[in-house]
Amino acid sequence: MSFPLDIAAVFLPLAGAAFAGFGGRRFGDLASNVATCAGVLLSAVFSVLLLASAVHAGPSERVLFAWIQSGGFSANWGIRIDTLSAVMLAVVTSVSSMVHLYSIAYMEREAGKSRFMAYLSLFTFFMLALVTAPNLLQMFFGWEGVGLMSYLLIGFWYKKDSANDASMKAFLVNRVGDFGFLLGIFGFFALFGSVDFDVLFEKAQEMSAVSFSFLGQSFPALTVLCLLLFVGAVGKSAQLGLHTWLPDAMEGPTPVSALIHAATMVTAGVFMLARMSYVFEYAPGALAVVAVVGALTCIFAASIGLTQFDIKRVIAYSTMSQLGYMIFAAGVSAYSASIFHLMTHAFFKALLFLCAGVVIHALSGEQDMRKMGALRHVTPKTYVLMWIGSLALAGIGIYGVGFSGYYSKDLILEAALGRGTGVGVFAYSLGVAAAFMTAFYSGRLLFLTFHGEPREQHLAAEHAHEASWAMLGPLVPLALGALFAGGLASGLFSGEGTETFWNGAIFVLPEHNSMAAAEHVSSVYSALPVVCAVVGFVLSWVFYVAFPEMPAIAATAFGAIYRFVYQKFYFDELYNAAFVRPTRLLGGWLWKKGDDELIDGFGPDGLARLSVRLAKRVSSLETGYLYHYAFAMVLGLAGAVSWFWFKG
Amino acid sequence: MTVGLSHFLIVAAILFAVGVAGILFNRRNVIVVLMAIEIILLAVNINFVAFSVYQHNLIGQAFTFMVLTVAAAEAAVGLAILVVYFRNRGDIEIERANLMRDGA
Repeated sequence: MSFPLDIAAVFLPLAGAAFAGFGGRRFGDLASNVATCAGVLLSAVFSVLLLASAVHAGPSERVLFAWIQSGGFSANWGIRIDTLSAVMLAVVTSVSSMVHLYSIAYMEREAGKSRFMAYLSLFTFFMLALVTAPNLLQMFFGWEGVGLMSYLLIGFWYKKDSANDASMKAFLVNRVGDFGFLLGIFGFFALFGSVDFDVLFEKAQEMSAVSFSFLGQSFPALTVLCLLLFVGAVGKSAQLGLHTWLPDAMEGPTPVSALIHAATMVTAGVFMLARMSYVFEYAPGALAVVAVVGALTCIFAASIGLTQFDIKRVIAYSTMSQLGYMIFAAGVSAYSASIFHLMTHAFFKALLFLCAGVVIHALSGEQDMRKMGALRHVTPKTYVLMWIGSLALAGIGIYGVGFSGYYSKDLILEAALGRGTGVGVFAYSLGVAAAFMTAFYSGRLLFLTFHGEPREQHLAAEHAHEASWAMLGPLVPLALGALFAGGLASGLFSGEGTETFWNGAIFVLPEHNSMAAAEHVSSVYSALPVVCAVVGFVLSWVFYVAFPEMPAIAATAFGAIYRFVYQKFYFDELYNAAFVRPTRLLGGWLWKKGDDELIDGFGPDGLARLSVRLAKRVSSLETGYLYHYAFAMVLGLAGAVSWFWFKG
Repeated sequence: MTVGLSHFLIVAAILFAVGVAGILFNRRNVIVVLMAIEIILLAVNINFVAFSVYQHNLIGQAFTFMVLTVAAAEAAVGLAILVVYFRNRGDIEIERANLMRDGA
């Protein structure tokens, strides 16, 4: 093929971003919008074409240029195309292009539109650089890039204090994870002598026996390295422990949330696990940790989602919970299911966020669900779209026919059970419980927002309006994805065709083959999550439509537990007390004592003070009185005379 | 008693001391300072003349005329400065004459 589809797909968003970022002022907002949208849309088209060819062609690498060459270390800048990266390319660019189109209308009245569009496109580019990386180093470049862009986009409204705080928090929390990732890269280079995926994948098996000793203990090297990489994934994918940035990321404009949660950034961790499947497969200890952390995140986030009132925050916690599914799917070696869920989730989560954006827009910026209600009469189209998204999120379906989430979530849970280990059963049971909660908070969100009576009359009555087609238009493809993507793609990601579909992009040890075992899981277990989801929806209807006084009763009945969950398990407070405050205290002490008093006190300030004092003393000799000078002269004369006198 | 060289020198020394004291301890009047300077020069002149007589050397007396001339010129210039100074400042008190001091 003469036309380099892969290069075009990766670098068109960058070109769009550069145009809008550097030329936005000169060429105007319209030109920026057109350039960035065209870049991402074309990139999406090319990505889909690439996906079609990559499945047949198998893994291929294109080296663009030698990036770093130093001693025995070398890293190329390149584009690795296989089924995995092609799937990611297609998902990222298609969701991102819908977000781009939506943003044009959503941000219409905001200042700095071209800056916003440039950031969105650059964000997409970094994600594409990440998924097409042929080595760990380029992956790290994209990894840091999306971190940077999330910082810029969350803090887009830079005049708002809370937005600045949130962007700082996102960046700092991600740094913790990135540090682990970086250590992992160092370790891989030390062990394998290379960071190229080809080399890593080839040598993983022989390296699985290597161990190193530390503090008199012996550790399997590969497991430790995989865990370090996973620390990076925990940060990026907002898993339990480093998740605190994700809910706060809601401070950015809604399209940003959609982009972060659906296509870019948070999926990076999941992608990394799938990309490194060749290595992780030989580190069973690391896989177990991955599965446990994922499962805990899944239930933890879902339970918080039950209690929140900010519409975007509920969806944010649901993202975290769904990421938990993807991560533990990778932990039970069901990488295919993990990426499958990543794809379906991208569609319905983007849909949900953009719908929430419409609702917020309609209510002129109100995000508190307690003040909404009865919006289904005002925004009927959004109402339908949101139902589609929520049903897909909850994974509703029966006898192999259902919304997108149904296929992927069921696959994950079956695979977890089919893995046949204690960890798998643990993940399965938490996953089923989370499925129930997912349905409940989804129903709660829908019923609070769209049903019942309008609780704040003026909000609903005066300003509320259905969005224009400029905003609703991009939602339609996403809704179609939420409806059909799962059903259409389930034959590729599961069952007979999986092997040929991935074509070597993902590796699973035969004894870990949970995907195959998933087929044989008893139908009782595979039906359980759906039953739970349906019960969840019904229960939320009972709580928020049939008996609206129920939630308050339940909240008082579970007073302490409810408060604990409502305050997000006090994670923020814990981190504040454990890390933020001591660091601030230390910083303040070093500033006041160390810098001001010690370094400045004896350094520049001290020397300056000393010379001033000396000069003052010397200049006080200079009185200006004639008789003082005369006296000095006489003294001098007497001194000189006596000197000559006594000297002889 | 005969008047010897040492008597002239003692008178000159006393005059010199009076002149120096006049400069040092006078806090009020610049004219007094000028007069004190004249006295010092006079003391020097007495020394010149005394040594000139006792050594039979006329150069000393010639020098005295030089000193007298310079003293007259100095007094003229000093008084002229004083007049201008008075016009500018309105008084000639030494206590207030500290313009050379920074910030005065």
